[in-house]
Amino acid sequence: MSDKIIRILHLYSNDMNIYGDRGNILVIKRRLQWYGYTPEIVEYNPGDKFPDNINIVVGGGGQDSGQNKIQKDLLSIGPKLIELANTGTPMLVICGLYQLFGKFFKTSSGEIIEGIGLLNIETFGKSERLIGNIVTHSQQFGDIIGYENHSGQTFLGNNVSPLGQVRLGAGNNATDISEGVIYKNVIGSYLHGSLLPKNPAIADFLIKTAVINRYGKFKTINIDNHFTDLARQTALKRPR
Amino acid sequence: MSKPLITILGKAVRQVAKLRGGGSALPGLVVERIDPNFIKHTLASLPLGVVVISGTNGKTTTTKMVVELLESQGLKVFTNRTGSNFTRGVAAALLGDINIKGELDADIAVLELDEAHAVHFVDQIPPKYSLILNVMRDQLDRFGEIDHTANMLRHIANATTDTVVLNREDTLIAGIAKSLNHQKVHFFGLDDNLLSTFPSDNNLHSKSKKSKTNIKADVILFKSSKNYATFTIDSKNIRTKLKLTGVYNVFNAAAALALVRAIVGPQINQTKLINALSQVTPAFGRGETIIVNNQPLDLVLVKNPSGFRLGLQSFDPSGYATMIAINDNYADGRDMSWLWDVDFTSLQSVAEVSGIRAYDMALRLQYDEVTVKSVQVNLKKALKHFIDTNNNQPKRIYCTYTAMLSIRRDLSKIAKVEVIK
Repeated sequence: MSDKIIRILHLYSNDMNIYGDRGNILVIKRRLQWYGYTPEIVEYNPGDKFPDNINIVVGGGGQDSGQNKIQKDLLSIGPKLIELANTGTPMLVICGLYQLFGKFFKTSSGEIIEGIGLLNIETFGKSERLIGNIVTHSQQFGDIIGYENHSGQTFLGNNVSPLGQVRLGAGNNATDISEGVIYKNVIGSYLHGSLLPKNPAIADFLIKTAVINRYGKFKTINIDNHFTDLARQTALKRPR
Repeated sequence: MSKPLITILGKAVRQVAKLRGGGSALPGLVVERIDPNFIKHTLASLPLGVVVISGTNGKTTTTKMVVELLESQGLKVFTNRTGSNFTRGVAAALLGDINIKGELDADIAVLELDEAHAVHFVDQIPPKYSLILNVMRDQLDRFGEIDHTANMLRHIANATTDTVVLNREDTLIAGIAKSLNHQKVHFFGLDDNLLSTFPSDNNLHSKSKKSKTNIKADVILFKSSKNYATFTIDSKNIRTKLKLTGVYNVFNAAAALALVRAIVGPQINQTKLINALSQVTPAFGRGETIIVNNQPLDLVLVKNPSGFRLGLQSFDPSGYATMIAINDNYADGRDMSWLWDVDFTSLQSVAEVSGIRAYDMALRLQYDEVTVKSVQVNLKKALKHFIDTNNNQPKRIYCTYTAMLSIRRDLSKIAKVEVIK
């Protein structure tokens, strides 16, 4: 089995894990197992040595206090993350880390919190909180279903594409209909819920990309998506 | 309008609301509109003042304990026992207890208030005592972030005039002590051997062990076993039988003891106090047991990940058939993310999954590789199927707030269920 290892980097597992974001790690871990691979989860926290041979990077959202704790450390590993992204490593960053993967977060009081600039996006803190069920649509992944809860509003720059177009809810900001971002194999999004359980197409994209990067080919097998399909159907009908 | 008139009007609305089977807050709303100072005036006359109990988990059972412990010391206590834990609910409860002149025959008021409502309440009516239990992720879609919730609790402590009782083991709550200057501060806590049983949200994902504290706690939970608990009070260990189940309820008993000791002072009758504690039963839906076809059926309310985790740790699943009912109505919270912050692997098998978000729950269990025997969104049908297919077995239902209300209603048709006024 040792030749079928996939290493998942869980970024800032102690401070950036709000609103069930650990569900994303669990989904990647289980689906890898169901596909016959051996997931190895490497937790990374401020001050740790940056691990080698990473195949997938996952990070979540945090509270203001959590973001303050990790921001400096994130800037120090930024070049390593950019190098991984440039060599095609799949990544998923939600909410707080999505924002800090961008150029900056400008708070409502005017303070600039520098991001690592992996994504060409800019975020502005607002007094209004965008909260509720959200449904977006993407050609690649179909309907993307989740829950958003953020006061930062993100605007996309020129070399990145939105992950989906909002059908219900707010998305990146209160102005346009974009939600999230996709750039190379890096996905950023505001969706909790958790995102991956009810959107296995995105989970499988991350997994397939990682496996092909490491082993050259990926053989899919059928996973029982019965509960997933019904949970998606219910979620699509719930109010904002 | 004169006070007796407002009282009569309010009481009349209360009767009509009751006849309609309506909620407990409506009559309170009517009175508040007519006399915004109604609660303030009525509560100001109490000789021992007002006690506010707040925090994320365990407010209702703790309030019930505090009331019964104070009564054991011979005090007359007013409380908002309908579980309508916001200002209008308090006004509604007052209307039921005051006489026609608008006087309240009580020594002290013990009020359960949720964080967001407590903040406004204490600005109007500063409590003499407050008890802050914990801060966990709960209904975040309503309150925003956990730090924000902690700030609301700090505000309650700051508005308190005499004594604040705080949870020593919850970092954010214990930290409130630093911002208090004129209040007395008492703590309740856990013995080191129990610390690992209570992961807070803050150290949930952290592997580092909670460091030892040197804050002295007035009451410490030393040991909790099936029907007994041992508390350390004044460096003496006191063992007592309990009707409460679930370690989190027992920990809140330490909170209730610390608060009542602060209120009554050195003349407290400890024998009567501990005797009363041993008689306290859990509040409705907080581990209450209903007998259905000669088998016990436990109802466990789950509102947030920490509460669900503590519930799963507190109740041994072996020998029990388990049902989980998850709704996402406004009162439950719309966001399903929290289910992914709970580890369900200890369950191994769940007999019935139900509620509006039954399939979210079933999906959650699939990813923990827990067997799901039946999924039925409709609560009434699911409850019947659950009882029919597990008839000769003890049963346990974990349910969100609105699912619990619905399940209790259906159970009351086939079993004896305590009516909540």
